[in-house]
Amino acid sequence: MKNMHTNGNNGSQTTPIIEISDLKVHYGDKSALNGISFDVYKNEILGIIGPAQSGKTTLLKVINRTLEFTSQTSIEGSVKLDGVDISTIGDVYGLRRRIGMVLPLPVGLPLSIYDNVAFAPRTAGVRAKSELNEIVERCLQQAALWDEVKDRLDTLGTKLSGGQQQRLTIARALSHQPEILCLDEFSIAVDPVTTMRIEDVLDTLRTEMTILLVTNLVQQAKRLADRTAFMLNGDLVEIDTTDVIFSDNPANQATYDYVNGNFG
Amino acid sequence: MNTDTQTSPQTMFTETAISRQKRHIENVMRVFLFVITSLMIIPLLLIIGYLFYKALPVLSLDFLFTNPKDNMRAGGLWAPFLGTIYLVVVSLLVSAPIGVFAAVYLNEYARDNWFTRITNLAVVNLAGVPSIVHALFGVGAFVLFAGLGESILAASLTLAIMTLPVIIASTTEALKAVPMSFREACWNLGATRWQTIRRIVLPNSISGILTGVILQVSRAAGETAPIMFTGAVFYKAIAEGDLFAYNIVEQCMALSLHLFTISTQVPDVTEGIPYGTAIVLVGTVLLVNAAAIVLRVYLRTRKKW
Repeated sequence: MKNMHTNGNNGSQTTPIIEISDLKVHYGDKSALNGISFDVYKNEILGIIGPAQSGKTTLLKVINRTLEFTSQTSIEGSVKLDGVDISTIGDVYGLRRRIGMVLPLPVGLPLSIYDNVAFAPRTAGVRAKSELNEIVERCLQQAALWDEVKDRLDTLGTKLSGGQQQRLTIARALSHQPEILCLDEFSIAVDPVTTMRIEDVLDTLRTEMTILLVTNLVQQAKRLADRTAFMLNGDLVEIDTTDVIFSDNPANQATYDYVNGNFG
Repeated sequence: MNTDTQTSPQTMFTETAISRQKRHIENVMRVFLFVITSLMIIPLLLIIGYLFYKALPVLSLDFLFTNPKDNMRAGGLWAPFLGTIYLVVVSLLVSAPIGVFAAVYLNEYARDNWFTRITNLAVVNLAGVPSIVHALFGVGAFVLFAGLGESILAASLTLAIMTLPVIIASTTEALKAVPMSFREACWNLGATRWQTIRRIVLPNSISGILTGVILQVSRAAGETAPIMFTGAVFYKAIAEGDLFAYNIVEQCMALSLHLFTISTQVPDVTEGIPYGTAIVLVGTVLLVNAAAIVLRVYLRTRKKW
């Protein structure tokens, strides 16, 4: 936990990269997000905490427009990426490549380790072997997996351990050089040691990209996030610097209760 | 361990009346279920053994490669054997691609709307239509309306319509067996639906898809009703040993109809011939199924998770 004190908001990081305004999402009749608004700043780590059913995953799916694969959903309000409303972006596949997504359960695609990482560049049209080699090595290095797998890149990704698969997933998410990296409770299925290795990885990535860290471990947000948002039942209760959220007097009593584990 | 409770180390593992009863029921059920399962094997062995016993006098390579003779009272099976192969191959060439592509659409692309629901309903109901009704449809649609006449093509198309819904259903099952998380991972990486299907979904479901398709061979080969009005004839002599002896716009003989004819319509058939026909019919189907199993084993060894 050597990065414990590297966080804290630095005043220059206030250019918004994502602007969310009055975002409402319904699954059928059920409301998942009831009108939330906030900005994500360039090169910050924004922690998003909150209990189950609070709309965190839905929020991420709206941002990379994969919610469109779920039927019977309706979205109101707007999400802007670099000032452009994402619903107006024609090349949705290009949009998704600007955002790296890491899901709760590690998913090694049933391909070799190499092909796992080369998947996104290939679908985007990269064919040159040397370029692919370079991407695969860089991403596996960044995800702290290279040393463990460099001699067996043709092994199936599905044969790796859970912790390795999660780092493979992160390597894959980095393979299309995203500007924003979204992690959805990445530590839910990995051991504490791997969790800490990945936290180190995120700490080194913070200079290169914006990171949205959805987590069910409030301490993880405290360790890594510059700012933290607390969501509850589809509402954004509070968003502020991590120091304020975890202080003795955040703006909202519910935030204090949740962060200190005496919720409900 | 808390020594205050009843479960001291001494008493913890001694058998109580309840646990003894549970153990007995467990044993009885295991034996019972094993016996029931074993019963499956008995009819198959009896059928095949009996057929072989009765057919033994006529079985030879000549039996397979010569045409029936003397009003089908003697001779071999070449014309019906080749006819069945034509019908099966042509019908699967039609139904397999259509069925697989339709299933890919329904499972991977279709949203839950009225069109999808109606299509699924149609598939389910089509699967439940009796084969004689398919035969009448075949006569109306292919023989008369499309003007194909009674021909291998018309009969094969009728068989294709009959096998289509089952191929769609089995392909759908194979596609559903590929975890949703694989698709989500691909979409998150900016892959289109088709890229996801081609690189991940199809390579990992192909063994299941092929199994479903090949199992329809036995249905197509065994059905009599759909072909007897659309393209199969009682008797037709063809060049012996020539694999291309049939033209698909002409009629053909078929093993299933031949078996029906010589068992019920022709008096004084040599006793072994109907049994030999049955053996060849079952043998052809088993051979294709065996090929399917080999193919599946091969594809499974390449399966990735």
